[in-house]
Amino acid sequence: MSIKRLGPEELLALDKFSVDEGKPHIVVDKAICATCSGRVCLVVCPARCYRLKDDAVNFDYAGCLECGTCRVMCTDKGVTSWNYPRASFGVTFRCS
Amino acid sequence: MAEDKFDAIVVGAGPAGSACAYTLAKQSKNVLLLERGNSAGSKNVSGGRLYTYALELLEPGMYKRAPLQRKIVREQIMLLNERGATTVDYFDPAFGEEVPQSYSVVRAALDEWFAGEVETAGATVASGMLVDGLIEENGKIVGIRLGDEEMRADIVVAADGVNSLLGQKAGLFGDVKANAVGIGVKETIELPDNLINARFGVTDAEGAARVAIGCTDGISGGAFLYTNKGSISLGIVFNAVQASKQKRQIQDIFQDFKMHPAIQPLIEGGTSVEYGAHLVPEIGYQGIPSKLHREGMLVAGDAAQFGINTGMIIRGMDLAIVSGLAAARAILKSTNTAETGLLYMKQLEELLLISNQRAYQNFHNILGIHGIFEAYPKLANEAMQFMFTVDGKVPKPMLRGLLGVVKKNASFGQIAADGWKAYRNL
Repeated sequence: MSIKRLGPEELLALDKFSVDEGKPHIVVDKAICATCSGRVCLVVCPARCYRLKDDAVNFDYAGCLECGTCRVMCTDKGVTSWNYPRASFGVTFRCS
Repeated sequence: MAEDKFDAIVVGAGPAGSACAYTLAKQSKNVLLLERGNSAGSKNVSGGRLYTYALELLEPGMYKRAPLQRKIVREQIMLLNERGATTVDYFDPAFGEEVPQSYSVVRAALDEWFAGEVETAGATVASGMLVDGLIEENGKIVGIRLGDEEMRADIVVAADGVNSLLGQKAGLFGDVKANAVGIGVKETIELPDNLINARFGVTDAEGAARVAIGCTDGISGGAFLYTNKGSISLGIVFNAVQASKQKRQIQDIFQDFKMHPAIQPLIEGGTSVEYGAHLVPEIGYQGIPSKLHREGMLVAGDAAQFGINTGMIIRGMDLAIVSGLAAARAILKSTNTAETGLLYMKQLEELLLISNQRAYQNFHNILGIHGIFEAYPKLANEAMQFMFTVDGKVPKPMLRGLLGVVKKNASFGQIAADGWKAYRNL
């Protein structure tokens, strides 16, 4: 066992998720993100759910830690709807 | 279910909600405590220190039953530069006598225990329940909606956390402002107790709490390290606005910190077991919404943005418990729902929560001094390097050498301005 730098996938792999398939709890409007110049979500989302893909902001709710950072920080209101996952879905912390 | 009416419905089984529900249930109120996680604590992340006085206020001696980790007897402050670190270590065993001042905690264990206490006290506790909305009648909140179900109560206590969607739905406040929060990230690292004890100079029951600055790429913010039983909580809280105005992903900055030559040996041999994130109310008194109640509803804990961060002392859970207690006392004292809100505000004053918040109200201005997060920690380390260097060459006179270090990192004008700013806000 040794401590090493963990990448985004490795960090999320530590956690237990139950993904509500087909029912994203956060809705992002790609058209708004396309014209957003700030794109702060790329640097502030602790789960890196927001990634740049072919110069477009790609959002994946599967590894969301439900912290609310994107809701608070999105500058252009590209996050059009933010809710908690339905009961029994999302992340489960066991030792935090 | 429509005929079921509770005296109170408490939403959120964190410290605020459980403290409130516990107090009400102890006074034989018919209470429903709802938690969206599958168990209480399963959605919560915090740095990991609870100041014990809050549990003592709730019920003397209660802390002895709680699954607390280690009583904190070492308070440590670490100033980092790129590779080095200067650490101040304040050891005080008196922090561990009689009622210990604070303990490291793990939320999954603490919150689950607390919700269990609430249940034992006679309340109904239901986990895996996400409240979708409020029921409003004649301008009053009279209950909550859970999917198609409605549940009614004389009062709803929103202890639904920093993102308080219920407080917003009730029209009490809008979205949390970016300048009012910090973004916290944390890795939990399992590490055998014998290694923790040796590395931090503590016994099995004792622990260290460490804050560190100079590890955030100049972003206002700081790191924390708490020793638990068999694990270490390691994390950083970033000023959200400043984090958004630079180009590095905060995960990367955090991983740099974890691998810093002065940090990595403390956790070496450990195993990363969990990664979490949470928003933290950051600006204290000025971040508290002006309205925390309306008829039929009170807001407590993180939802009310209670929090104190002096850079050295980070408080949230204790304030949550105190506010939950204040809400319960207000409910117990009120003879009609119209007066509960004002009684709650009065209880927050009487339990000294508001005056605690006010005492630190300008503190976040000090944390606005940019140099604290990069230039000054560098300066401290370079000054140490100068003072401890012996290489056989003729050393510079002490004063001239130190002044040189200071000049390299900050102008005297800047230092004077920062000193004045700190002085004014203390």
